[in-house]
Amino acid sequence: MLMAYAERVLDYYNNPRNAGTLDKSSLQVGTGLIHVPEYIEVVRMQIEVSPKRHVIMDARFKTFGCGAAIAATSITTEWLKGKTIEEAARLDHMDIVEALSLPPAKIHCTILIEDAVKAAINDYRFKNGMEALSEEETEEEEEELEFGN
Amino acid sequence: MLKLPVYLDYNATTPCDQRVVEAMLPYFSETFGNASSRNHSFGWAAEAAVDLAREQVAALIGADPKEIIFTSGATEADNLAMKGVFEMYADKGNHIITTEIEHKAVLDTCKHLEKLGADITYLKVNSDGFPDLKELESAITAKTILVSIMYANNEIGVINPIREISAIAKKHGVLMMSDISQAAGKVPVDVNHDGIDLAAFSAHKLYGPKGVGALYVRRKSPRVKVTAQLDGGGHERGMRSGTLNVPGIVAFGKACEICQQEMETEGKRLAVLRDKLENALLQLEETSVNGSRTNRLPHATNISFRYVEGEALMMGFNKNLALSSGSACTSASPEPSYVLKGLGLSDDMAHSSIRFALGRFTTEEEIDYAIQTVIDTVNKLREISPLWEMFKEGADMGSIEWSRL
Repeated sequence: MLMAYAERVLDYYNNPRNAGTLDKSSLQVGTGLIHVPEYIEVVRMQIEVSPKRHVIMDARFKTFGCGAAIAATSITTEWLKGKTIEEAARLDHMDIVEALSLPPAKIHCTILIEDAVKAAINDYRFKNGMEALSEEETEEEEEELEFGN
Repeated sequence: MLKLPVYLDYNATTPCDQRVVEAMLPYFSETFGNASSRNHSFGWAAEAAVDLAREQVAALIGADPKEIIFTSGATEADNLAMKGVFEMYADKGNHIITTEIEHKAVLDTCKHLEKLGADITYLKVNSDGFPDLKELESAITAKTILVSIMYANNEIGVINPIREISAIAKKHGVLMMSDISQAAGKVPVDVNHDGIDLAAFSAHKLYGPKGVGALYVRRKSPRVKVTAQLDGGGHERGMRSGTLNVPGIVAFGKACEICQQEMETEGKRLAVLRDKLENALLQLEETSVNGSRTNRLPHATNISFRYVEGEALMMGFNKNLALSSGSACTSASPEPSYVLKGLGLSDDMAHSSIRFALGRFTTEEEIDYAIQTVIDTVNKLREISPLWEMFKEGADMGSIEWSRL
């Protein structure tokens, strides 16, 4: 069933921002590739991080899934840019749900995206001799995160 | 000029043919009588109209008019046939054989009957969409009362070998039922040649209105009886009570008459357009047709576009193409089409499928538009599909290294 989506979903689906590929062999690039067997969606999130302050300079995605999953990954890449990896680690998938007014049936896509972001950060951290994100570090922000501005 | 959106979902429903609408209109306000009113001209006129329609509907499937029981549609007819046979033939047995890829009107009726003590065998189908006839025959027991196998499948359009199936049923003295909704009016269906004892179909699949259908119930060799599921005035030879939907029935009759006259020409024209569409889309890499390509309806095809998701594809058609997808990525645990899964498709291939169903008003211009739109959208989505990128890089798709958290 094709639901009546918010205009914003259609916009990000029709004109996906930051679709593409970064060089996964680069030390500055972290890649997260997430697939949960119960769902068919596959999300790949890549971040390019400046080594000094660990600020995300660029973010690229590719998504196999429904239109909402594509739009949600795209809008998340926009949010990631300019964040430090510490800030990015606090992404709450419900903020993506709200940013796109997604229906409850689509919440699972955003959990995949949150996981892909965290996997990308961890990949970057491993490559640069850091530990994986701790639970404390991924504790979600109390305040709502601003999307798509 | 091309008028958007383009409708390519004729297996879901068809528009009412204008000739059908004209035929039915007088029966709303002018000739509005109750076909059961035996005492005045209003009733007689309505009855005469129903009689003519009954002949037209019967003629389409080679039946006798007395063998047609009007219902509210194919779902009701499926229910009446299966529940009615289960009750009527309870002394003989409680075993029914069907397939895994029947319409829900049959499968859910089976589920209901199971709760009432029925024993149901759901035959698997092969990758073409056909059940194994040896398996069918060996499933028959002394308790088997009914074989219920659809004529043509609604999702993949494949046409079952109904004559061979009914011959097996007949050999063992088992009744043969078929949901003929997708086939009637599209390909020749003849209940006698095809050996069908009960057949369910509806008007809205063959350019008639929604809300009217019929159950064919054989009267001779064997004389089949079904227990009524609606009690009331004893209409339709006691098998289906309820005041007849005269305008709907008149329309159904007219629609059947038109189909009978135009089916052959229309089928040939649509097969050409369908093949054009299919061949053009198969030019895309990693694209395949689901189900048999040799024995199927002339106007339908079901195609999987690997590495893109069906619902995303439909969003890409930007409301300009009306189609159905085998994907239903909307619930907490998304189950793709059980028909495609029944053919042995993996979840992702089932989710990547689109059903194309052409019909009477489909034009070549519309097909050209559909080809271009589908190709553009598939290419665009593959461009942002991580699976497509990995496939193009030659990755072993069976052993992708997923991130761990």
